[in-house]
Amino acid sequence: MAWSVLKRLAEIAAVLFVVSVGTFALVDLTPGDPAITVLGEGHTAEEYAALRDEMGLNDPFLVRYGSWLGSALHGDLGTSLIPPNSDVTERIAAALPVSAEVAVLGLAMALVVSIPLAMWSAYHADGRVDRIVGAGTFGILSVPSFLAGLLIIMVFSNQLGWFPRAEWVRLGESLGDNLHHAFLPALTIALAETAMFTRILRGDLITTLQEDFILAARAKGMSPVRVLFSDALRPSSFSLITLLGISLGRLIGSTVIVEYLFALPGMGTLIIGSADKGDFPMVQGAVLVVALIYVLANALIDLSYGYLDPRIRRAHV
Amino acid sequence: MSQRHHTSGHHTSGHHTSGHRAPDAGRAPLLVVDDLRTEIHTPRGDMKAVDGVSLTLDAGETLGIVGESGSGKSVLGRTIMGLYTTGSTMTVSGRVLVDGADVHALTAAARRELWGTGVGMVFQDPMTALNPVKKIGLHLTESLRGHGGLSRAAARARAEELLRLVGIPEPARRLDQYPHELSGGMRQRVVIAMALANSPKLLIADEPTTALDVTVQKQILDLLGRLQDELGMAIILVSHNLQVVAGRADRVAVMYAGRIVELAAADALFAAPRHPYTEALLASVPRLHHPPHSRLEAIGGAPPDMVAPPPGCRFAPRCRYAREDCRQASPVLGPEPGPGGGPENGPGNGREAARVSGSEPGGEGARVFACHHPVRPVTAGGS
Ligand SMILES: Nc1ncnc2c1ncn2[C@@H]1O[C@H](COP(=O)(O)OP(=O)(O)OP(=O)(O)O)[C@@H](O)[C@H]1O
Ligand code: SF4
Ligand SMILES: [Mg+2]
Repeated sequence: MAWSVLKRLAEIAAVLFVVSVGTFALVDLTPGDPAITVLGEGHTAEEYAALRDEMGLNDPFLVRYGSWLGSALHGDLGTSLIPPNSDVTERIAAALPVSAEVAVLGLAMALVVSIPLAMWSAYHADGRVDRIVGAGTFGILSVPSFLAGLLIIMVFSNQLGWFPRAEWVRLGESLGDNLHHAFLPALTIALAETAMFTRILRGDLITTLQEDFILAARAKGMSPVRVLFSDALRPSSFSLITLLGISLGRLIGSTVIVEYLFALPGMGTLIIGSADKGDFPMVQGAVLVVALIYVLANALIDLSYGYLDPRIRRAHV
Repeated sequence: MSQRHHTSGHHTSGHHTSGHRAPDAGRAPLLVVDDLRTEIHTPRGDMKAVDGVSLTLDAGETLGIVGESGSGKSVLGRTIMGLYTTGSTMTVSGRVLVDGADVHALTAAARRELWGTGVGMVFQDPMTALNPVKKIGLHLTESLRGHGGLSRAAARARAEELLRLVGIPEPARRLDQYPHELSGGMRQRVVIAMALANSPKLLIADEPTTALDVTVQKQILDLLGRLQDELGMAIILVSHNLQVVAGRADRVAVMYAGRIVELAAADALFAAPRHPYTEALLASVPRLHHPPHSRLEAIGGAPPDMVAPPPGCRFAPRCRYAREDCRQASPVLGPEPGPGGGPENGPGNGREAARVSGSEPGGEGARVFACHHPVRPVTAGGS
């Protein structure tokens, strides 16, 4: 048991190592000169060279990587190349909660809606509700998220005026205001996720509902709701959980469209904006943090398989 | 995918290990099945999985139902319970009365109440009948708490008692184990305990031993017999293996292609089958005097397609006694025709006949079968 936990940790470390090397190598691989980014155009070649030297860009790759990683491990991801040259760690610390909150909220909304929906659809497979749900989820999945976001803004913000748009209130400032502002972006995210979750879970539930143990549970006189929640849901949720982990990582790192639509100061905006300006330390730091979250989320998912199925427990953890 | 299981048990017809038939004249039978039909709607058409079955069962009695794979035994068992698999649509007609209550007319909630307290079911494969992600304890306690209204502690105590009743050692420890930590035989004991949780009057055991190995098979069947003696419930014992039913059932119904083709007291049926299909089934059972693993006389051919069954007798294509009239008119389930009257002349669907076998005083001897040219009963005893 202790051994497999160690193995798991070693795996995580290995993945993070590869990701960090990859992101760090971006500086060397992408066009653009950090010295020009810092000084701007119109300086002499000597001035650029001197700055490169000062920034350590002329050192061998391993030396540069080593010192960056060393600082990163101490929580120091460097400073931005762009004035006001803010601290990368601080900027990430400001952006991450925004993305994380919207992502978690959106996924929670998606789960709350999709689980009962999938249960109803699966229990009455090919019934009327099932067919409507099937067509509806298919329709939602074929709508690009920027369009869905625009529609949501038009209806709930412009027409009905229920929710504000294009502002962000920090969680610490006011919980009510914060949720009020987070709702529409979360809803935009939740839409496509709900459709996906519902379809995946419905399929797995239909398979599970054919199992003898479902018949046995019903033969004991358990109510359909009880059978669905107590007997069918857990064995049917492997694909859902896997998808959930992937979605969590993806949503935290790359919900650029939603963040853009709602002017959220989140991770997606930070990464794209910095990449656009050639702000390498910012990009490196942000990508590393997103990768870390991705890896941790998936490790958590792996652990949850053991919770879902006791037969895996011995093999895994 | 018909399979045959060799059992080490002998042909013990006549030796009753269980079942006390109490033909209490005047008392209504525990179970009445009246012209039951189950059509499963498949993409190919409507499959007549159960096609006009009538039978009765008294309290404490054991009825064996035998027949080849696909003959509709499981569908019959489930239709008797009113338990349908989700995802497939089917149409049921006819009546099932359990203790006078019309199962198919009950509301969904009332039917669940019946399942919880009146009728229990034991499934074929203990590997799949238990939820792999739930502990043994929860399997037992949830219905105790739901239908029995027991507290958490009381339900746990009762669950432990049930496990002890079905012969599981260290019951307290088992409650916290998962199904995969138990052997097949132990799991089937748990499935039985589950079915017994709320003391049903009727237990439907659908091939309770088919998935188990030979030594365990006998243990489980003996357990069912012992439990029946102790708890006094009626049992429907479904099997495609006559050996399983021999010596354990009071009466035996032989099913072919969705219908009962012969129903009689077990001893009489085994001693002298009247329906050619019963005879063929008996011939395919391993006997004591056969050398081990000798080839058995299997029944040639395959059961008919139940979406479009052939006209006339459904067994005709495989029957060695078949004559021209067999392919014309369907034989009707009924008693031995008296002189001058053949069963083929009688209209109806066998309802009356089945009732005769179930509730006639001294009904154990009554035998019904559906055949135009039945097997001659053996008069001179041959060894
Ligand atoms: N849910 C279902 N959907 C479609 N067809 C079904 C369904 N359940 C049973 N059938 C069909 O109904 C017929 C009777 O099946 P049933 O399971 O009752 O046979 P059985 O006598 O129990 O056989 P076995 O010995 O293999 O258990 C078979 O042809 C089977 O394929
Ligand atoms: S009716 Fe004819 S075909 Fe059918 S079982 Fe009897 S003899 Fe055979
Ligand atoms: Mg069956």
